[in-house]
Amino acid sequence: MTDSHPSLARLKRRIDALGPAASSGRWGLLSFGLEALDARLGGGLAKGAVHEVLPASGLDAASAAAFALMLAARAGDVSGTILWVSTDAELRRHGAPYGPGLAELGLAPDRMMLVTAPDELAGLKVASDSLACAGLCAAVIEAGAAKRLDLTASRRLALAAEKSGVTALILRGSDTMIASAAASRWQVAAAPSVPLPGQAPGRTGLSLSLVRHRGGARPFDMCVEWDHDRTAFSEPALLRPVPAVAECRSMVA
Amino acid sequence: MRVMAVDEVALSLGLAPGMMLADARARVPEVQAVPHDPEADAHLLEAIAEDCDRYTPSVALDPPDGLILDITGCAHLWGDEAGLVSALVARLADGGMTLRVALAETPDKARALARHGGELLRAGRRIAPDRLNEARLPYVPASVSVDHLPVAALGLAEERTTALKRAGLTLLGDLASRPRVPLAARFGPEAVTRLARVLGEEDVRITPRRTPPALSFARRFAEPVARTDFVLTTLADLVREGAAELARRGAGGRDFASRLFRSDGTVHALSIGTGQATRDADLVMRLFQERIETLADPLDPGFGYDLIRLDIPVAEPLAVTQTDLDRNTAPAREVALLADRLGVRLGQGRVRRFAAGDSHIPECAGFTVPAHAPVLPLASHPTPGEPPMRPLRLFDPPQIVDVIAEVPDGPPRRFRWRRQTHDITAFEGPERIAAEWWKRKDGGGLTRDYYRVEDSQGRRFWLFRHGLYGSEKPNPDWYLHGLFG
Repeated sequence: MTDSHPSLARLKRRIDALGPAASSGRWGLLSFGLEALDARLGGGLAKGAVHEVLPASGLDAASAAAFALMLAARAGDVSGTILWVSTDAELRRHGAPYGPGLAELGLAPDRMMLVTAPDELAGLKVASDSLACAGLCAAVIEAGAAKRLDLTASRRLALAAEKSGVTALILRGSDTMIASAAASRWQVAAAPSVPLPGQAPGRTGLSLSLVRHRGGARPFDMCVEWDHDRTAFSEPALLRPVPAVAECRSMVA
Repeated sequence: MRVMAVDEVALSLGLAPGMMLADARARVPEVQAVPHDPEADAHLLEAIAEDCDRYTPSVALDPPDGLILDITGCAHLWGDEAGLVSALVARLADGGMTLRVALAETPDKARALARHGGELLRAGRRIAPDRLNEARLPYVPASVSVDHLPVAALGLAEERTTALKRAGLTLLGDLASRPRVPLAARFGPEAVTRLARVLGEEDVRITPRRTPPALSFARRFAEPVARTDFVLTTLADLVREGAAELARRGAGGRDFASRLFRSDGTVHALSIGTGQATRDADLVMRLFQERIETLADPLDPGFGYDLIRLDIPVAEPLAVTQTDLDRNTAPAREVALLADRLGVRLGQGRVRRFAAGDSHIPECAGFTVPAHAPVLPLASHPTPGEPPMRPLRLFDPPQIVDVIAEVPDGPPRRFRWRRQTHDITAFEGPERIAAEWWKRKDGGGLTRDYYRVEDSQGRRFWLFRHGLYGSEKPNPDWYLHGLFG
């Protein structure tokens, strides 16, 4: 949609100035370490903001969690604490974070602090308290299908994050349709990895799609690979033509 | 059925412990009997001991019906020893107790005097302070000699006591004047040890129920206070007082325990802990407030609190820290404060960090411990160029799955989990992990064969076969242990 009318454009600018995304420059941008991806987002995702990550289906929850953690690991300096907020029910459903597994993904487990709330409401309280703590680097909030995390609640979280500079990554259920004040919304699915010799599964592959972005980036789909040596995203190494990845790339192009 | 205990009235009517209940009923038809409940008695004794905490921090139980209080250095708070005893007696007698109190230089002497030399103080009788100077004290004073006490006061086994009596030694005075070596030879070394303790020659300190705190601050009220905000204000005063004392000593505390003594004898205990030693009064007070908010049943002042105390169990050295010019605190400090706050609110067990485990069993190799606990942090060393070998999320317990494999001891081809079928397109394995047979008595335990698998959609799972096919188990089960990102 083009801003045909000057007053409409002015109004839009005023609304933008009111929103939390307006001052996204204050805390800098979170780069993915992959130029093709950063370019589409105008340099990266805003730090000190709330971003939502949704799995494409229930079975992709682990991939979504991995994506959120990867962003969290890139959000601050290498020694900052990453808080993982979860609830008993979520940990039962998706399993508990596993230290050695985090280490193998290049996400230092000694940076992580794990808070398990007994229920949804307590979890949101913890989330809002932790976003007010400027000493944190990032917070991964596993909210699942939490109904209470609505527009008002997410706006509150966004304001807290903007004030403190903590980057918040909210993990939601795959079928969440609740509106939110998040700066961006991602849908994540597992992508077939590039197999290693001997038909062994290779590096973590993710199929990302940007669903919504407050800064005005257009929605897109992209397949990426996580390079845990550099703690950065990279393009999948195409050793042989993989149908699914090829499909992905044609969509991108 | 036998009589276990009697009150003073029953005693005066000729009833005694050890009688048959039927005989007692025959003598005094209107006797009231309640079943003996040793557990309830023990609870009552615990509750009274808790309440006696207001007189001295070191209280020891002397079951089934005694308490030993070490009042060294506490008496001046009540004027003198007599003041303390009269306050204690008045309080417990108000609660319907029949007491025998004795003061002595050593715990064993006091115990012997109280159990064998004192006079019963009647329930409900108040002792006015001005009566303390009369001949009849409400307690046995320390100056009383133990010579006239029976040898039973030594608290020896039944047959030893009988042996002493048979030898004509009925009073402690008879024993005290005799040489000890023949006594030990004839009646056992314990008799001599006990004698020395009861005579006050040897002083063995009591082992208090709770270790006396390093620092303790209290406010006593003439009238019980029932308003919660006043209680909080008082607590804040005590915390400030404690912080000032800690600052003077160059120390800090990790635990802060507040005890609210209700006038009816109930004691409410609130305690908070911090990850790092602190003497910041505002922080401690915030944590207390957080603690009070999360109480399952809110503070019930009832008829009011008459004593509020703050204990700091351990004071550890804490250097003065300098803040930045712009009053910024270090990020690590802020995170520690957040962890304290969340720990007080949710319970320490819900705020955790990863720790390294010395084991090759996956669930023991990486586990979490409360954020407070000192840990060996899990080192992060991904193998360069290798894909992740361990999953991001682990199920505890592992989830059972139906697996189709080409051969029973071969890799999986297809599996069914949570009512969905996954076709395996890539796999790596088996990674064989043996059970910790050296920790088990039978030397057994099933071996696990782990496979890293990827399904047609690209989702990666960690499966294992529990037991070696044929040699360990005829039909091994398969489990899903974790999910890769």
